[in-house]
Amino acid sequence: MPIEKDKKPEIQFLLTPSPHIKSDESVRDLMLSVIIALIPTTAVGIYFFGIPALATVFIATGTSIFFEFIYQRLTKKENTISDGSAVLTGLLLGLNLPSIFPWWGTVIGSLVAIILVKHLFGGIGYNVFNPALTARVFLLISWPIQMTTFPKPSPIFSGVDAVTEATPLTAIKTIQLSHDLTKSLDSVTNINWLDLFIGNRGGSIGEVSVIALLIGGIYLIYKRTISWHVPLSYILTTGIFSTIAHYENPTTTASPVFHLLNGGLFLGAFFMATDYVTSPITKKGMIIFGIGCGFLTVVIRQHGSYPEGVSFAILLMNMITPLIDKYVKQRRFGG
Amino acid sequence: MTFRGGVYLPEDKGRTKGLSIQNIPVPEKVIIPLSQHTGAICEPLLKVDDLVKKGQKIGEGKGLITSPVHSSISGKVIDISFQPHPLGNDIVSITIESDGKDEWVDNLKQNEDYLSVEPERLREIIKEAGIVGMGGAQFPAHIKLSPTNGNKVDYVILNGAECEPFITSDHRLMIEKSPEIIEGLKIIMRILSAKKGFIGIEKNKPDAIKAMQIADCRMRNGDKSAIEVVGLNVKYPQGSEKQLIKSVLKREVPSGKLPMDVGVVVNNVGTAYAIYNAVRYGKPLIERVVTVTGDGIKEPKNILAKIGTSFDFLIQNCGGFSGEPEKVIMGGPMMGIAQYTLKVPVIKGTSGIVVFSKNPPSSPFYKGGQGGLYQPCIRCGRCIDNCPMGIRPNLYGLYAERGMIDNASEWNVMDCIECGICSYVCPSNRPLVQFIKYLKSEVKKKNANRKR
Repeated sequence: MPIEKDKKPEIQFLLTPSPHIKSDESVRDLMLSVIIALIPTTAVGIYFFGIPALATVFIATGTSIFFEFIYQRLTKKENTISDGSAVLTGLLLGLNLPSIFPWWGTVIGSLVAIILVKHLFGGIGYNVFNPALTARVFLLISWPIQMTTFPKPSPIFSGVDAVTEATPLTAIKTIQLSHDLTKSLDSVTNINWLDLFIGNRGGSIGEVSVIALLIGGIYLIYKRTISWHVPLSYILTTGIFSTIAHYENPTTTASPVFHLLNGGLFLGAFFMATDYVTSPITKKGMIIFGIGCGFLTVVIRQHGSYPEGVSFAILLMNMITPLIDKYVKQRRFGG
Repeated sequence: MTFRGGVYLPEDKGRTKGLSIQNIPVPEKVIIPLSQHTGAICEPLLKVDDLVKKGQKIGEGKGLITSPVHSSISGKVIDISFQPHPLGNDIVSITIESDGKDEWVDNLKQNEDYLSVEPERLREIIKEAGIVGMGGAQFPAHIKLSPTNGNKVDYVILNGAECEPFITSDHRLMIEKSPEIIEGLKIIMRILSAKKGFIGIEKNKPDAIKAMQIADCRMRNGDKSAIEVVGLNVKYPQGSEKQLIKSVLKREVPSGKLPMDVGVVVNNVGTAYAIYNAVRYGKPLIERVVTVTGDGIKEPKNILAKIGTSFDFLIQNCGGFSGEPEKVIMGGPMMGIAQYTLKVPVIKGTSGIVVFSKNPPSSPFYKGGQGGLYQPCIRCGRCIDNCPMGIRPNLYGLYAERGMIDNASEWNVMDCIECGICSYVCPSNRPLVQFIKYLKSEVKKKNANRKR
């Protein structure tokens, strides 16, 4: 007596391959935690540079979302605004600009970041260069004056009108390039370190406050959104090479502490160089990447014609990231 | 007591870890697949309408790597045909209708002095009893216990890690059958003339660790013990053979080699228990502990189930479904296999049945229907950081999408143990294990073609 073969299974069960559980972390969560980590530095930037800073950040973020929407609509691709990466790119771009940068320039920056650097390379996950940083460099080369005119920080409620000033790094570069050794470096490096630390100096909206950037960076490391490897090796290498440069030529180079606290080093080390897509994927590779960024930053600051080297250094290292990933392998079990 | 990589998973073992192993009524019929092992499929030894007793051999395979199957009840053969198998394909299976008597075959060979039996004879007994690896791999035990290439085995490790969430069958077995497991380990050590035996248990089972230690103390009567119970860090996949050896002995099995090549043999605690039963009482492997659990089960239990019992019968004996079931998994949620029907039988490697219900979602970590949607890799590196084998799951995803089989093979895709961590941690929800399984099968095909 054969067993009756049922025609239909009793209940339709869901059939998917293992694993059947999934960690709770999504791309959106990762982007969101970076955005949260940027809140302190954004707030300090707005505090020191006022309404123009708020407007710049707002325009950069808004237009980034807009361009992503437009591009995906035109190319009939799935809309990915909800993953938060365009918001983050826009926010980072805004923080990388001087607060009084013209609004149309900000819009062009967003266009470069989202369309040229991100989507023409294949969208999230496929871009070779950090979008926000590439856009910043694009703007810096295209509109050098506007990109290096920074207002003097004036707390938002002080009622003092903005006055422009050169950043400390620019002041040093001017002395270096003029070969005018009668002007002592002290005249420009003599800034209260506490001011540097809290962000009371000229610079891009998001780069001025070391303490706010540190809080955000430590939050990201604590949340395991990023690891310590890139920021630490980057900052340490910058410290080591600027120490060497300083002791070799103390009259024309500023002290290492000055180098660490000025320019966009902390913004770059914690938020730009740690971009997943454009930095190495193994821990060993990350350390090499950080060392390369630190070395190039000091070389450009010392010998280049631009006062600041963080953006260029990171973009150059972005370029060799695939190479690092190919040749630097983590330890294989039993291999 | 750990290894590189791995993740901490939500355990979800609370439902059943405190519940003793229960017996359930004899099912009306059992469906016994003729393949419950790695190797050659068995040929049926009976015809329809033949009468069988419990423990009678009903299928035997030809060749070296195979393992016989036995009837788990007494009754009458009513069907021999292809039936659904929990590992996926339909397999020729023998259906036996119970006569309700549950009678053993007559000639069970008991042996009280089992520790003085010759190793060759012990292997023979284990082979005849149809014992296979009960942790899930189902590799014939007698072959695992036959060292090849003149390898000398120094250590035997019993695997009691049970790192899969939800499953508690080994946990309960270690608590309730600890002396038997120790004796089983001694038999294995005798076969391999190993100098020391270890029992590796994750530290989240302190009661099991204690039970095994006490059993070991009692049985050696003050002699110096050659057995050590080792508490392991709670981390998935601690129960993976290579990772377990690394944790316990700091030895690393080289890529493409077997534990035996570093002088170690690993067996599941359930296998040791089955070996003891076979050698001491002459009982073949016809039942095993199965954890039936998950939020889709009304009364989760640890059940001593006869091989061939349908999932349906086990679930009915646990009060049925709670809510609307969405997914039924044989094994744990990390490496288990989703089932399309409840007619599939318990096989020798079934450690558990986990049922997830539709509403409410069982655990925040269960994402039932999301399987199909995934995004591009953002290179966050989580799969690499957590990979216990130190390989690059992210690359395999990209290679699989582009059909780059050779590249995957160069990047050691064959080392993958398919533990599922990469898919578990991926924030882009990429089905990396699935990609890897595809690549591995393609690499195997290519290698086979090359040889030809």
